[in-house]
Amino acid sequence: MAVVVLRGPRGHFRWRVPTCTRGVRGAASPAGGQQDFDLLVIGGGSGGLACAKEAAQLGKKVAVTDYVEPSPQGTRWGLGGTCVNVGCIPKKLMHQAALLGDMIRDAHHYGWEVAQPVQHDWNKMAEAVQNHVKSLNWGHRVQLQDRKVKYFNIKASFVDKHTVCGVTKSGKETLLSADHIVIATGGRPKYPTHIEGASEYGITSDDIFWLKESPGKTSKPATADVALECAGFLTGIGLDTTVMMRSIPLRGFDQQMSSLVTEHMESHGTRFLKGCVPSRIEKLPAGQLQVTWDDHASGKEGTGIFDTVLWAIGRVPETRNLNLEKAGVNTNPKNQKILVDAQEATSVPHIFAIGDVAEGRPELTPTAIMAGKLLAQRLYGKSSALMDYSNVPTTVFTPLEYGCVGLSEEEAVTVHGQEHVEVYHAYYKPLEFTVAERDASQCYIKMVCLREPPQLVLGLHFLGPNAGEVIQGFALGIKCGASYTQVMQTVGIHPTCSEEVVKLRISKRSGLDPTVTGC
Amino acid sequence: MEQPPSPPPPPPPTSPGLGKAGVVPSRRLGTVRGGPMSSPPERRARLSSPGTSRQFSEAREEVRRRLRDLIEGNRVMIFSKSYCPHSTRVKELFSSLGIDYNILELDQVDDGANVQEVLTEISNQKTVPNIFVNKVHMGGCDRTFQAHQNGLLQKLLQEDVAHDYDLIIIGGGSGGLSCAKEAANLGKKVMVLDFVVPSPQDTTWGLGGTCVNVGCVPKKLMHQAALLGQALQDSRKFGWAYNQQVKHNWEAMTEAIQNHISSLNWGYRLTLREEGVAYVNSYGEFVEPHKIKATSKKGQETFYTAAKFVIATGERPRYLGIPGDKEYCITSDDLFSLPYCPGRTLVVGASYVALECAGFLAGLGLDVTVMVRSILLRDFDQEMAEKVGSYMEQHGVKFLRKFIPVTVQQLEKGSPGILKVMARSTEGPETVEGIYNTVLLAVGRDSCTRKMGLEKIGVKINEKNGKIPVNDVEQTNVPHVYAIGDVLEGKPELTPVAIQAGKLLARRLFGASSEKCDYTNVPTTVFTPLEYGCCGLSEEKAIEVYNKENIEVYHTLFWPLEWTVAGRDNNTCYAKIICNKFDSDRVIGFHILGPNAGEITQGFTAAMKCGLTKQQLNDTIGIHPTCGEIFTTLQITKSSGLDITQKGC
Repeated sequence: MAVVVLRGPRGHFRWRVPTCTRGVRGAASPAGGQQDFDLLVIGGGSGGLACAKEAAQLGKKVAVTDYVEPSPQGTRWGLGGTCVNVGCIPKKLMHQAALLGDMIRDAHHYGWEVAQPVQHDWNKMAEAVQNHVKSLNWGHRVQLQDRKVKYFNIKASFVDKHTVCGVTKSGKETLLSADHIVIATGGRPKYPTHIEGASEYGITSDDIFWLKESPGKTSKPATADVALECAGFLTGIGLDTTVMMRSIPLRGFDQQMSSLVTEHMESHGTRFLKGCVPSRIEKLPAGQLQVTWDDHASGKEGTGIFDTVLWAIGRVPETRNLNLEKAGVNTNPKNQKILVDAQEATSVPHIFAIGDVAEGRPELTPTAIMAGKLLAQRLYGKSSALMDYSNVPTTVFTPLEYGCVGLSEEEAVTVHGQEHVEVYHAYYKPLEFTVAERDASQCYIKMVCLREPPQLVLGLHFLGPNAGEVIQGFALGIKCGASYTQVMQTVGIHPTCSEEVVKLRISKRSGLDPTVTGC
Repeated sequence: MEQPPSPPPPPPPTSPGLGKAGVVPSRRLGTVRGGPMSSPPERRARLSSPGTSRQFSEAREEVRRRLRDLIEGNRVMIFSKSYCPHSTRVKELFSSLGIDYNILELDQVDDGANVQEVLTEISNQKTVPNIFVNKVHMGGCDRTFQAHQNGLLQKLLQEDVAHDYDLIIIGGGSGGLSCAKEAANLGKKVMVLDFVVPSPQDTTWGLGGTCVNVGCVPKKLMHQAALLGQALQDSRKFGWAYNQQVKHNWEAMTEAIQNHISSLNWGYRLTLREEGVAYVNSYGEFVEPHKIKATSKKGQETFYTAAKFVIATGERPRYLGIPGDKEYCITSDDLFSLPYCPGRTLVVGASYVALECAGFLAGLGLDVTVMVRSILLRDFDQEMAEKVGSYMEQHGVKFLRKFIPVTVQQLEKGSPGILKVMARSTEGPETVEGIYNTVLLAVGRDSCTRKMGLEKIGVKINEKNGKIPVNDVEQTNVPHVYAIGDVLEGKPELTPVAIQAGKLLARRLFGASSEKCDYTNVPTTVFTPLEYGCCGLSEEKAIEVYNKENIEVYHTLFWPLEWTVAGRDNNTCYAKIICNKFDSDRVIGFHILGPNAGEITQGFTAAMKCGLTKQQLNDTIGIHPTCGEIFTTLQITKSSGLDITQKGC
């Protein structure tokens, strides 16, 4: 059994473009006149909801439209956007399920007598996760109601600079107008276009969390963080999982860390097909999928049989069915993302874009939330603060978690030059691993600093348990302009993994062995 | 390659300004005993601690080297000013004793002010005269005369350099070992004396001190065992299926943990050997200011001398002094290697040790009662302490408040036996009695300072608690004797603090840096079932220091994502920060109650070191979904009285 993540050729998934018929109904007022709302937010994800709620709190009349186009496999979900429904939340919960599997294995080292066999029931987990997600969907609706934000479950597209046409599931149309419009429609997983059977038989992260049955043996062509995270938890709950990748894992992240992440996954049972590109997928009579791929290293063709093929080859912004040209909003023709300035304004001054749909922004929930909140505060006079997109911390919830903030080693070297960068690093062993006899070969920390005293910290990279929790506070430290000296003056908390950060003494340049021994 | 520090410069030229008597570059101990010049390249690389030596300009380093040469190269070195009457008195004293001395008149050298400044860093004394005898900082005029009167001066003068060691450290715990390793790294001849006096239950252990053997390490591992028990319960909700019958085997856990500890003991011995530190498994006791008697397990006595000493003997659990306590009760010294499951347990005390032990014992499925005299977690934030306690109570730990034990009787021998405990109320005549298999005392710890001959060499201790008062460079009232770790008066009793203090002390003693140990904003974590991490001030302390109207407290309850599906308590985890309104809302207290509290707190501590403000918290982006991100979205102040229960994400 296996899950494959494939990194396929650049492809575009085409959405059926809705046609908002011109039979304009309702009181759509022409641009410049009295509008229905002060603020209209298109997209009820993390960013959109945060912006809407903040504006409502500042006394404005606000509407949110949200509509989930079913995935090619027919999966759909409720209010809250990617993070809540098909992103961070279900992902971290399934990651937790996999971690619990590790803990069950650890438990006998700690004296717990657990009778074999230990099995995992996908349906039970999926149901529990989905129930939690549904409770969040409900919570979001209640919150909008509490704050008197009008919510429309409609698919929106622009009619003109101030007006949007919304179509309900049943085809009913509504026109909404507003003084300010915020586009926060996010993105959706990309499907490859030139691979036979790709969209017919493959699924994406839009579907995996809502599967009723275990995906079984899975193959995923991919290199995105989603791919490794999914492959990690699927392996962790006992599925035979293969990741197919064309080039490097975790593009955009520190490459040393990325290769440690995959090394760890490999040593824990995830298979990797490196330098391979899928060419076609066929359904076998028994219902399994036969994947054929080109192995670029050997120049040969390979095949394998899987139950599920999961594409995690990137995401495309949800801009194609917005009729942006009607409003005059410009996008980057290469990736269809909306071009924005530091104020999050698009080419049309009263139309804004936040979150994953905006060009050059990190695709992360908390950035979208903060951007949305700050935007509302600026629009309605509470503050003039701009969103600071630098030093955004993030964590990849692979089996061994990877948290980072600031520059990667490569970026630091590019920006400042090799001779001006000092990297302190350590291989450490979490205390809990010792008794459990777990392998800690990939537990690694590195801090990228300027070499010139007091050695300003440029980036921090942490690979190990609870990486997200560890990095959060240090992200603040970096925000406060922490230097290496200051971090070293910080007293550790014993025994934790995060204390290893304040004990980083060995520089890469010294060539000394960075393995932490003793206490 | 990292830049190795430049080799020591040639002896400084006898600059015309440098003292009437000139400089006699005779014994320069640093180089004689394998200073940086003769150390292998690896050591040199470690020597270059970035940010410390680099902080000082070249010129300042040069002054420092000159001063060090003067101090080390002269039996008596007097830094004075030619017009100073106190300086004159000191010079007359030494002349009358017929002792040669060297003088540097700070008012007659070009860079006198500079010299005085560096001298202040070295000696922590701003004024002149500033006297050094046999490399030991004596003090000013008064202290020199005092030392002359009580004989200390004569002793110091007799002792020359013929000591066996540069440094002897008494106590091989976290602080002692870190100090020893650092000193050895700096090329010094170092000895560590470590001896574990068996507990009343006859428990004993290896090298490494409390933390490794009977503290942080086994505690966190047993805490982890309890967390895994919780994880087993959670795992069913996440789809894992296995036989319902899950039992815990105490012996299997203890053996695994003790095996890990043995490997650490071994690792320490190996490290000391590699670093060239002499390790002697004997009990150390001062017999003369520079001489120590080491008594081995077999009673064999050996004597060693050293120029400097560090006391790092730590603490041991306190007993109540009631009938039956030493005979039948155990302490944290015994619990972690107990060869049998303790069974129904009474934990006496409300220290963090008490609550942590009670927490993991309950987590392993035992029936646990905690007997508390007054408050939980004294000196910690009391709101947090109460929440820690109430979570434990909800999870099956019984609390018997305002009672103290009076007698402990053994009803039956065994492993474990059966004990009867009589206790009386602290508020009235009421008494209760209970039957337990094990009684664990966790009522505080006493310093190991009373049986080591400190009185013989005049090191002062606080008679009440046995703690050793030191100045801000960890120096006791006897100049060549220092103390670090849990024996210090008024300092946090934490492993990382001792390690940091030990390392910095060695660097200061042997000239690698002048950095002092900063005891403010020291973070800590209590590993109770719901972990509690904190840094900075408690709310009570903040109110006391800044007044209630000058601080703002932001707080919220939260529900970790992993707890939702597991169906664990909502609105239990809690985050709180305390800000100083009149200093840009600077964060002066940080408190979190929740899973992985230690991992979360660490980074925020680093941020507080950099002057973290509420605004910076607001400006920082969270990592989703984690518990730590809660601090980036704290909005509700305590003073507003608004509801902090959590809804939605």
